[in-house]
Amino acid sequence: MQALKQFVRKPMGVIGAVMLLVVLLIAVFAPRLAPYDPQERVQVTPDDILAPPDAEHLLGRDDAGKDVLSQLIYGARVSLIVGFTASFMSMFIGTTVGLVAGYYGGRIGNGLMRLVDFLMVIPDLPLMLVIIAVMGRGLLNIILVIGLLGWTYTARLVRSQTLSIKERQFVLRARSIGAGGARIILRHILPQVLPLIIAQAVLDISVSILAESSLAFLGLGDPTLISWGMMLNFAFERAISRQAWWFLLPPGFAIVWISLSLILIGNTLDEIVNPRLRTHHLFDARRMVALAVGESAGRRVSEGGQDGPFGCA
Amino acid sequence: MALLDVRNLSVDYLTDEGAALHAVENVGFHLEEGGSLGIVGESGCGKTTVMMALLRLLPEEGRIVNGQVIFGGRDLLQYSEAEMRQVRWREMSMVFQGAMNALNPVRTVESQIVESLRLHITHDLRVARERTGELLELVGIPAQRGRQYPHQFSGGMRQRAIIAMALACAPSILIADEPTTALDVMIQAQILELLEHLQAELDLSLIMVTHDLGMVAETCDDVLVMYGGMVVEYASSDVVFNSPQHPYTQRLMEAFPDVEEPGSTLASIPGNPPRLDDLPPGCRFEPRCECQWREAICAQKTPPLVEVEPNHRVACHFARQRPGHVKGRIG
Amino acid sequence: MMEAQPILQVHDLCKYFPVSRHIRDVLTRKPRRYVQAVDGVSFAVQRGEILALVGESGSGKTTVGMNVLGLQRPTRGRILFDGYDVTEWAQGRGPSLETGEKLTNLSRRRRVMTLRERAQMIFQDPYESLNPRQKVFDIVAEPLEIHHLTRSRAEKEERVRSALETCGLAPADHFWDRFPAELSGGQRQRIVIAGALVLEPELLVADEPVSMLDVSIRAEVLNLLHALRRERGITILYTTHDLATAGFFTDRMAVMYLGRVVELGPTAEVLKEPRHPYTRALISVVPVPNPRRRRKRMILQGEIPNAIDIPSGCRFHPRCPDAVPECQETDPQLRTIAGSHKVACILA
Repeated sequence: MQALKQFVRKPMGVIGAVMLLVVLLIAVFAPRLAPYDPQERVQVTPDDILAPPDAEHLLGRDDAGKDVLSQLIYGARVSLIVGFTASFMSMFIGTTVGLVAGYYGGRIGNGLMRLVDFLMVIPDLPLMLVIIAVMGRGLLNIILVIGLLGWTYTARLVRSQTLSIKERQFVLRARSIGAGGARIILRHILPQVLPLIIAQAVLDISVSILAESSLAFLGLGDPTLISWGMMLNFAFERAISRQAWWFLLPPGFAIVWISLSLILIGNTLDEIVNPRLRTHHLFDARRMVALAVGESAGRRVSEGGQDGPFGCA
Repeated sequence: MALLDVRNLSVDYLTDEGAALHAVENVGFHLEEGGSLGIVGESGCGKTTVMMALLRLLPEEGRIVNGQVIFGGRDLLQYSEAEMRQVRWREMSMVFQGAMNALNPVRTVESQIVESLRLHITHDLRVARERTGELLELVGIPAQRGRQYPHQFSGGMRQRAIIAMALACAPSILIADEPTTALDVMIQAQILELLEHLQAELDLSLIMVTHDLGMVAETCDDVLVMYGGMVVEYASSDVVFNSPQHPYTQRLMEAFPDVEEPGSTLASIPGNPPRLDDLPPGCRFEPRCECQWREAICAQKTPPLVEVEPNHRVACHFARQRPGHVKGRIG
Repeated sequence: MMEAQPILQVHDLCKYFPVSRHIRDVLTRKPRRYVQAVDGVSFAVQRGEILALVGESGSGKTTVGMNVLGLQRPTRGRILFDGYDVTEWAQGRGPSLETGEKLTNLSRRRRVMTLRERAQMIFQDPYESLNPRQKVFDIVAEPLEIHHLTRSRAEKEERVRSALETCGLAPADHFWDRFPAELSGGQRQRIVIAGALVLEPELLVADEPVSMLDVSIRAEVLNLLHALRRERGITILYTTHDLATAGFFTDRMAVMYLGRVVELGPTAEVLKEPRHPYTRALISVVPVPNPRRRRKRMILQGEIPNAIDIPSGCRFHPRCPDAVPECQETDPQLRTIAGSHKVACILA
């Protein structure tokens, strides 16, 4: 695809993709890569607790004497699973709501957008905390909570895109040949919105991962699974006082790594996908006028279409 | 001596892969003082590129690879950027295609013209304001409307404002690129009338770039017909419209409907203009040419622009053989 | 002699668009204002006829086309297609096009669908009216799918091929797998026409179909439309601002100004002997491609007023070179002056 070609030309995007690939591979091959199985019970001596890195435990041990590196490796799985699943859920809901609200408008549209407003106003994290506290801790619950609360931004985005696409002439043509709402939405509007959704989805994954990490960090993660957030949770409580940086830094770093990778990818996709239609003759006219007039005074006029024709916004 | 004399102008566009697309090749024409030249051609023929090249406003990928633009005794293509800045807007200015939509929406019309004046002529705000008022009146806009924003102006008025801006520094040449596209017929007539009036009043020379043959017939003394980046015919307006010699020009005339002759047949030219990355080796019009003299040489050798009679140049291998074409017959 | 039923009859069509109000106006209960895009248009089109709706921007010509096809809902007035009242079709009300009986159990979709099979639209912008992500085959086949007109892939291919080739895009399979972006403006417009033809409509509303095409391509498309009428008897409603193209291939012409028809008659007659001052002025300023003919151009001053505040009396009077005081008071209706030539002017 043409988008792919453009993508590989952007170094930032490629770096992000490689970073993500690394995490994916680690998660998939976790059993092979991890030197120890974090679920296994270990016999520990007091010396083993929060032991610093050595030859056998490259990142040292945690407060229960378990190998930090193995936990880090397995932790990738949780992050990725939660990230992708929750994000998929919220994208799906958000897109559906956005398309319906945008295309049909009227009372349905207004109603849906008011719901969106309502959910957007409530602070995410506290709400998630409350729900988890009530529903109980568990991977599924976490995914549900993140997914069911995270769709609002997408809904807004998709709706505004739908509103503008709806006015385009090929949609009018579809109506004139007799196409009904469902067909128009699925065949004509969705394909136009899809690139934007994908770009948004990637960024959304990053947000979901951070949300999961935050929840786990606050102690609301799934107790049966290791996630980076949980590691941070324990590390904060127990490792700091002992200055066991090997327990504290790796999970934090891992979270930053994956978030960064997704943001790099997402931003790159966004750059590619964002309608740069403004660089039509209009852009050239502005630029030309600006060049012809502004340049004559020796002022450098910016190339972007953002400034007014005379160099001022 | 002509006011502006363009010779052998060639412009290439560089693609991402580094290949050079020959957008314009060997274009030449001249403009007399107070005269008007119409450059006619369909989309992709290179007419806008030629104008951009004159003012050295080509985009990054554009390169002027050959030619001379003699203006005021000197070759503009040799000018440095600093020298060009003295020419642009002051001696030669341009009304760009779609410029009426490129006005800054958050500033009043007046302020945009004032700014332009302050950049070029005077720093004195009061003088600039006065002159702006004069300019607006000159183009038929009541001066007090200058305080409104572009969206409060109709399309026709915006175009007039753009013309006022272009005339701010009293240039001797005004280039108008599709000045009336997207405007209603009546407004189009108003703008054309305005341009004629300005020409007379300000002793302005005009170059009009358009695909609208009718507009050119009404306004311009001379006509340059372009196709595929090259000049195919160059003569006075009367000659081009009434006895064109190039097959393309002839067909073009037959394709243009005449409101005074309803019901007559309209010709069309099958095929499409050549793509820049796939230019025919010989005559660029050859693939679509249906004239009876068409021969192998047409596809092999690019016909030079030859003067078939005084002040009538045609780029066709068989121009001299073809009898003077009278409208209604294909020669 | 019994005159055949016109395929299309428009009676006093009005389409008003509400102007969004400032909150201040809502609170002070100011009356709502409307853009009177179409304000009382009536005409009839015979089967197989080509009628031009000519006007500048704001004349309402495109809006008439949209309302005729039920893409917009008329504010007032009646639209009769083949004798059946289709005004309310977009809302699901009205008779069945097959039997004429008022069917209440026929779903709205079904009714609209039937109209769509018989009347189609050609759009102005060939770069915008085709879905850039659909292949040509799908674009042309889509109407068949929507209306369940074919039973097999082979049948579909047959009809798509036929439509494409009628529009001069042959061999059809050469174009099938392409995307619109790969084709020129003229070719794209033909695809739009093919997409409309595949349903075998009886009426085509062509909304400025050639204004965005190069001059040398326009004739192709217009000749195609002309051929469709000649060979298939398709009725065409041709909307344009370009008097010259209207003159080229239409039978009758309706000149519109600010939502009304001001002159209506056989095209050649209207162009040679215009009776309405607006028509006269309009014809005089259309540039002709011959510098030897220096005509007297009647350039009207000012611009077309907005359709919210329509001038009193004759809506053209503020710009009319022949206006007399009475014009400010009387709103002229279309009246016959000669044969089928009608004018809306008290001085004609």
